[in-house]
Amino acid sequence: MSEINPALETFSQEVDELLTAMEDALLVLEATPDDADCINSIFRAMHTIKGSSGLFGFDDVVAFTHEAETVLDRVRNGERAIDAELVAVLLACKDHTAQIIQHFLFNEGEPLPEELQQQSQALIAQLTGQSATAGGMPSTQEEKTDHVEVDPNTSDSSDNWVISLAFKSDALRNGMDPLSFIRYLQTLGKITEVIVTMPTIPRIEDMEPEDCFLNFKIAFNSNADKKTIEDVFEFAEDDCDICILPPNSRQEHYLQLLANMPEDNLKRLGEMLIEIGALTEKEVANILHEQREEENEEPKPIGEMLLEKNILQQPVIEQALKKQESVKQKINKESNYIRVDAAKLGYLINLVGELVISGAAMRLMVDKHGLSDVDDVASTMSHLVEDIRDTALQLRMVQIGETFTRFQRVVHDVSKELGKQIQLQITGGESELDKTVVEKINDPLTHLVRNSLDHGIETPAERVRAGKPEKGTIQLNAYHDSGRIVIQISDDGQGLDSDRILAKAVDKGLVKPDQALSQSEIYNLIFEPGLSTKEEASNLSGRGVGMDVVRRNIEALRGSVSVDSELGQGTTVTIHLPLTLAIIDGFMVEAQKERYIIPLSMVEECVEMSSDEWQIDDVQHYVNLRGHVLPYLRLGDFFHKNKKHTPTQRESLVVVRFGEAKAGFVVDELHGENQTVIKPLGKLFENLNGIGGATVLGSGDVALILDVQGLIQHAKKRVNPALALSAAV
Amino acid sequence: MNELIHKKENKTELMAQDQLRQYLTFQAGNENLAISILDVKEIIEINTITDVPMTPDYIRGVINLRGNVVPVIDLSARLGRESSEITKRSCIVLVQVEYNEDAQLLGMLVDAVDEILEIPEANIMPPPDFGADIRTDFIQSMGRVGDEFIILLNINRVLSIKELSQLKQVTEYDAGSTNKETNFAALN
Repeated sequence: MSEINPALETFSQEVDELLTAMEDALLVLEATPDDADCINSIFRAMHTIKGSSGLFGFDDVVAFTHEAETVLDRVRNGERAIDAELVAVLLACKDHTAQIIQHFLFNEGEPLPEELQQQSQALIAQLTGQSATAGGMPSTQEEKTDHVEVDPNTSDSSDNWVISLAFKSDALRNGMDPLSFIRYLQTLGKITEVIVTMPTIPRIEDMEPEDCFLNFKIAFNSNADKKTIEDVFEFAEDDCDICILPPNSRQEHYLQLLANMPEDNLKRLGEMLIEIGALTEKEVANILHEQREEENEEPKPIGEMLLEKNILQQPVIEQALKKQESVKQKINKESNYIRVDAAKLGYLINLVGELVISGAAMRLMVDKHGLSDVDDVASTMSHLVEDIRDTALQLRMVQIGETFTRFQRVVHDVSKELGKQIQLQITGGESELDKTVVEKINDPLTHLVRNSLDHGIETPAERVRAGKPEKGTIQLNAYHDSGRIVIQISDDGQGLDSDRILAKAVDKGLVKPDQALSQSEIYNLIFEPGLSTKEEASNLSGRGVGMDVVRRNIEALRGSVSVDSELGQGTTVTIHLPLTLAIIDGFMVEAQKERYIIPLSMVEECVEMSSDEWQIDDVQHYVNLRGHVLPYLRLGDFFHKNKKHTPTQRESLVVVRFGEAKAGFVVDELHGENQTVIKPLGKLFENLNGIGGATVLGSGDVALILDVQGLIQHAKKRVNPALALSAAV
Repeated sequence: MNELIHKKENKTELMAQDQLRQYLTFQAGNENLAISILDVKEIIEINTITDVPMTPDYIRGVINLRGNVVPVIDLSARLGRESSEITKRSCIVLVQVEYNEDAQLLGMLVDAVDEILEIPEANIMPPPDFGADIRTDFIQSMGRVGDEFIILLNINRVLSIKELSQLKQVTEYDAGSTNKETNFAALN
């Protein structure tokens, strides 16, 4: 004993006393299991030992006593009953605690021997195993570690929590030791300053020596959240007025959380503040209690009271009130809406689809029999059917904004996790598209955003070195373009390294080493299976399964995806998607006696395919269309190479546009516009490129819908397998 | 509830035993074939089959079945023989096959449908190990009718969506058409 320093000696004595008290209390408990005082004293023993051990860095003791404390806390809250078995385990725990503390006292700096460690674990298992909900413990620990990592910016020295403690006069008599709380507080962070005031101290002759007159003001630097800090003073709350004012940097954090809060239902001010962690439940309960106690006819608003009591800074309260107001407004607006089961809408749209087909059948009959007097009626009806179709589809249209806003949270959380500073900018959130498409786009979007977060944006240090602002930006943008919606995810990060992608692709055998690829073709290699250039996979992305899955998901929606990038400047991923999956305006053509539908939105123009007007190169298959080189494809030949082609007198050239590129399809006949109800082709054709679906014509025949982009790619692949990889044109 | 399900199962089992020996016989590629009557949903006459380009020969096309688009498989081509010629007697046998726990309706183009035969259990033999010119896994068993044997097809193998959707022949189809190249390189 003589060799240990005086502080440890006090510690050792304190532990001895506490453990003895604990043993006594446990024995009493065995007889009267409901004795609250005994439970409290056991808890206090474990709690104090945990705190003091933390002070000396006896981590193993802290870990062990923490477990015991958790169980005891549950007992105290009545969640767990005391029985003889638990008492026995707790007694064993008490002995074990004494043992490991002895070990640390006499073998300073040495790790805990195996045997004692095992014993710790066995006891923990006994303690928690019975309670079955041991989950409570690890989660609190995780939370703590989370917060330590999460807020690196709060370590600013001037940026402290201000904790005011005003102990009541009975505090000492009730067994409170103000110092022990302050000591324990140190396990959560760093106490930068403590000011002790004694505002109520009477003259010495009137002073009751057992009374407590001490008030503390503590400047405390920690990343723990408010609730955790408040828990430190849990026992003291009856004997002490506690006020915890968050540091200024927290304010920003709270403001951000408030801004990101979903606006789906109206919450009270207190609830909102608890949710973001600015207030604890206890504080709110106290304030509400006081509000009720007040004799005034008109009680003060809760926000004002919070300010008066100096519990929270003004901006946070103002922001919360503003948020509350905007939610109120939104809810008022929403009362104009009716919630409808999506299945009912789906059924309606199916019916409208059938209606469109029968409308077409009727039209066909009218024309066939030359019923001129019915013609007018039929035309009116066709128009109405068209309107009904558009309205029905409109019902299912939702703004993409909501999907985008959800990423605020992802960006916020992930950027903290990665230690990066990233902001998300959203534009074009009001663009509308079918709900079924929105639902299916969520996963690919999440993946792309996470990719940008993880691989795209650099760490602040790297960014500063590259001469860019410390804070990275990710942009989500959406707009409509020729009947499709375009979604762009761009970041101002490090961009794609085309050399590395190419090297990897060659390595994987996706391209030949001597193959000449354009820059955009190289970038689009990242959508090939098995190509992930990040050396190490992280838990966010980077297992090399991501991008090809993204492309597959988007292509399943009859969409397309492409990427553009500039090394050091950033990356932009562009997704083209159809607005709806149900009904489209189509353009019907005929080639080799088969009818095909081209989405009307992609048709640019139709011209006669005659060499008098255009210069046609039949070997290279392109036409000089008013000075532009337009590659073309003879649909009939391409689809039916085995059949003998009998060219009709008047072939037509349908010019299609997709994104920036144009191409032509040579067909035998044009049949004009047609409302196309898309019928899926089923699983059998899921690997078929170039055909996007089928539709039933008024005649009852089936016509195929061309997937223009897929078809062009397929054609390119056939011509030059080397180009097969370029995803976008 | 469980009991109910159990009963139901029992019932279908009973029914199955009754009908298990009933087979629909038909002709495809000059051969008499049969499938269990339980696999047959419907038999329809041929209206128009819309050809689906860029698919192997055995995918004959798609038809409109009361507003739904249903693929049609040319059974003769699927068994490795010539593609069927469509005649007056040609029919489409609609069958349901399982794929990833989903049921998919498929049409099977045959040259003619003959009759429903009852083949007693005793007359059903295991498939020959070799010798048949049909892939052995397509054959469920052999049924003896009089002096002749008739091949009973395993429909879930013959019309396996997984296998059919590979569209393997697409590449072969591509290779055969190099003389008709279209220059789309200009698009880049």
